[in-house]
Amino acid sequence: MNVPTIYVIGLSAILFALGVTGVLVRRNVIVIFMSIELMLNAANLAFIAFAREAGSMAGQVFVFFVIAVAAAEVAVGLALIVAIHRSRGTIDIDEISSLHG
Amino acid sequence: MIMSQLAGAVGWFGLAPWVIGFPLLGLIVNILIGSKIPERLVGWIASAAVGLAFVVAVLQFLAVQADPAGRDVAVATWISVGSLNIQWALKVDSLSVMMMLMVSGVSALIHVYAIGYMHADVRFKGDPRRYRRFFVYFNLFVALMMVLVTADSYLMMFVGWEGVGLCSYLLISFWFEGGLEGLGNAIAGKKAFVVNRIGDVGFLLAMFVTFWTFGSLQFDAVFHQAESMGAAAVGPVTVITLLLLLGVAGKSAQLPLFVWLPDAMAGPTPVSALIHAATMVTAGIYLVARNHVLFALAPVSANTAAMLGALTALFSATIAVAQYDIKKVLAYSTISQLGFMLAAVGLGGYVAGLFHLLTHAFFKALLFLGAGSVIQGVEHAHEASHGEHAHGEAFDPQDMRNMGGLRTRMKTTFWVYLIAGLSLAGVPPLSGFFSKDEILLDALHANTVVYVLLAAAAFLTAFYIGRQLFMVFGGQPRTESAKDAKENPPVMTLPLVGLALLAAFGGALNFPGGHVLADWLKLTISEIEISGFDFQVAGISTAIALVALVLAWWIYGRKPMTEGAQDPLRSSLGALFTALSRKWWVDELYGATIVRGYEGLAALMVVGEDAQFAGGKFWTDWLDQIGMRKGKQAARGLLGMVVDLSFVDSIMITSGGLAKGVAQRLSRLQTGYIRNYALAILLGILGVLVFMIFGGG
Repeated sequence: MNVPTIYVIGLSAILFALGVTGVLVRRNVIVIFMSIELMLNAANLAFIAFAREAGSMAGQVFVFFVIAVAAAEVAVGLALIVAIHRSRGTIDIDEISSLHG
Repeated sequence: MIMSQLAGAVGWFGLAPWVIGFPLLGLIVNILIGSKIPERLVGWIASAAVGLAFVVAVLQFLAVQADPAGRDVAVATWISVGSLNIQWALKVDSLSVMMMLMVSGVSALIHVYAIGYMHADVRFKGDPRRYRRFFVYFNLFVALMMVLVTADSYLMMFVGWEGVGLCSYLLISFWFEGGLEGLGNAIAGKKAFVVNRIGDVGFLLAMFVTFWTFGSLQFDAVFHQAESMGAAAVGPVTVITLLLLLGVAGKSAQLPLFVWLPDAMAGPTPVSALIHAATMVTAGIYLVARNHVLFALAPVSANTAAMLGALTALFSATIAVAQYDIKKVLAYSTISQLGFMLAAVGLGGYVAGLFHLLTHAFFKALLFLGAGSVIQGVEHAHEASHGEHAHGEAFDPQDMRNMGGLRTRMKTTFWVYLIAGLSLAGVPPLSGFFSKDEILLDALHANTVVYVLLAAAAFLTAFYIGRQLFMVFGGQPRTESAKDAKENPPVMTLPLVGLALLAAFGGALNFPGGHVLADWLKLTISEIEISGFDFQVAGISTAIALVALVLAWWIYGRKPMTEGAQDPLRSSLGALFTALSRKWWVDELYGATIVRGYEGLAALMVVGEDAQFAGGKFWTDWLDQIGMRKGKQAARGLLGMVVDLSFVDSIMITSGGLAKGVAQRLSRLQTGYIRNYALAILLGILGVLVFMIFGGG
């Protein structure tokens, strides 16, 4: 079965839009975090689609890097969330706004 | 002497630098190891250094005998700038060799004497560590005096000239914490230094004019040019020689700059003997003799020198008559005798002047050393009878009224003092008779006024030295201390005997008929005419001396002064005696005019907080208060109120407020809500995308 590339890119765009919407509208930090992962994976999907279209391995190699970096980011991000929760007792993003002007 | 024997002596010219080198070596050794070796050794090292310098001087004497022209012994190039090229060279000729022999010979004897004298002195004054310092200064003095007499250019001579002045200063104020109110000695040193500076200005200006006129500072070059210029040289040479005379007046303590020498007696007695009687003060006479070519070309200066010398001779001889301090008498006597010498060289009697310089060095050094011996004898007796801590009492061991009857108690000192005193008085056949007689003879031939002045001075000379002899040695002791006085150890008396031999037989140097010295000096000073011996003049001067001595005996010897009695002269001379004993108020006159004026000027110039200590306000204070302060206020009003507040400040306030308002508005953008930022990023990316897709074309 040969799925046209345009379909895969469309799916990637939808996933990315869902991620952006999640980041913009949700207030729970963990959900925002999951939305960011969604955006990352939408980008990965687009990489793979274009890699297959171009017959090159470069795109797939990038995906491995993105996955590795995302894993590290999750570790750091979750640790930050735990620390924020400990000090402020909440993970509502609108409560954490002490840097406003 | 046979010339062939001396052929090798010419090579000894090369040793000439050692005449300076040995004393320098001595002082370096004493500086380096002097604190670790026994005290006596320090003194002997210093004495040996000077003794070796004397040996070198003798070798130079032999070398000049072999080659009468002498040599310029170059040591190094000193200054080489453009056309000015000054060699550091030693001029060895008969004149400088004579001075070398005299300086090193007399110095060596006084060094040995000082070993004993300073040994007691530093203990009496309670600071034995100064013993080494004394000999370091003493060696330094000899080295610099040698620089002075061996100089072959004005500049090098000036180095020695200033150097011996420095040593004089250091040694006058050797006991710098002593003297009147603990400052007297230091002030005496300062006075000597400052008064000498006035003379040095003359020397310096003379050098400038010399270089300007002749383009050189080397003696031979200058003399050669001056002679070849003929009449055109008279003007500048007169200026140069008159300026040099100012230097002579400073260094050789002539009118009007003689005031420092009596005060210089604050130094230890060997210093007075060596520096302020025998050697340094004769540097002025040597300077005139060295510049005989110039003085011959400038009769005005030569006559000025003669008159100056004669006046000084008489003036200070009168003062010496009424002094009580044993050393002050000798100090004024020295000034007077220097006047004799200056008068002689001024009249062209170079042999007479330099002959008197030599004999005076012998008998005056002897008088001073004898006086030192007397002072120490009396001082020790006083110390012994009043205990160690008697220093504070008002007992002056130098006051002749506290002495008397010492002839039986200090026999050696008495005999040598008698020889020296009679030599000074001009009693034949002692050395002073011959030299003074030659001066008087030259004066009689050249200038009657000078002769009369000098003859009067000679009369007073014999009188005051007679007075001193009778007061110190004659009669009965007037104090306990004088009664207990004892003779000093041989290390002090042996040099006295050596000098006494020189003072007694020094006349043989230029004995009438022989004229050894005249022939010797003629090698350098070609103008010399050998004068004969005039029995008439000699008879008159002998008569003068004997009459004065008899008069002194009549007043002081016939009926000796008793304890606490007044000076017999005081009643017979009355107010004149007071004037004499107050030294004609010269110090007061200078104090009231020059010193007061200078201090007033200094007080006027004092600025700031020191003004209240100096007792005056500088005129800038007035300027500051009246002018500057008002001006400052006006300027502050203009600049502060108008320019600063209304102009500069408004710019700053406006621009500052603007920045603040903008920042306040912009800070609202930072909400602290992440989603706002995220939305902004999204919108930005969308904008970029839209631009890339639709606007790129």
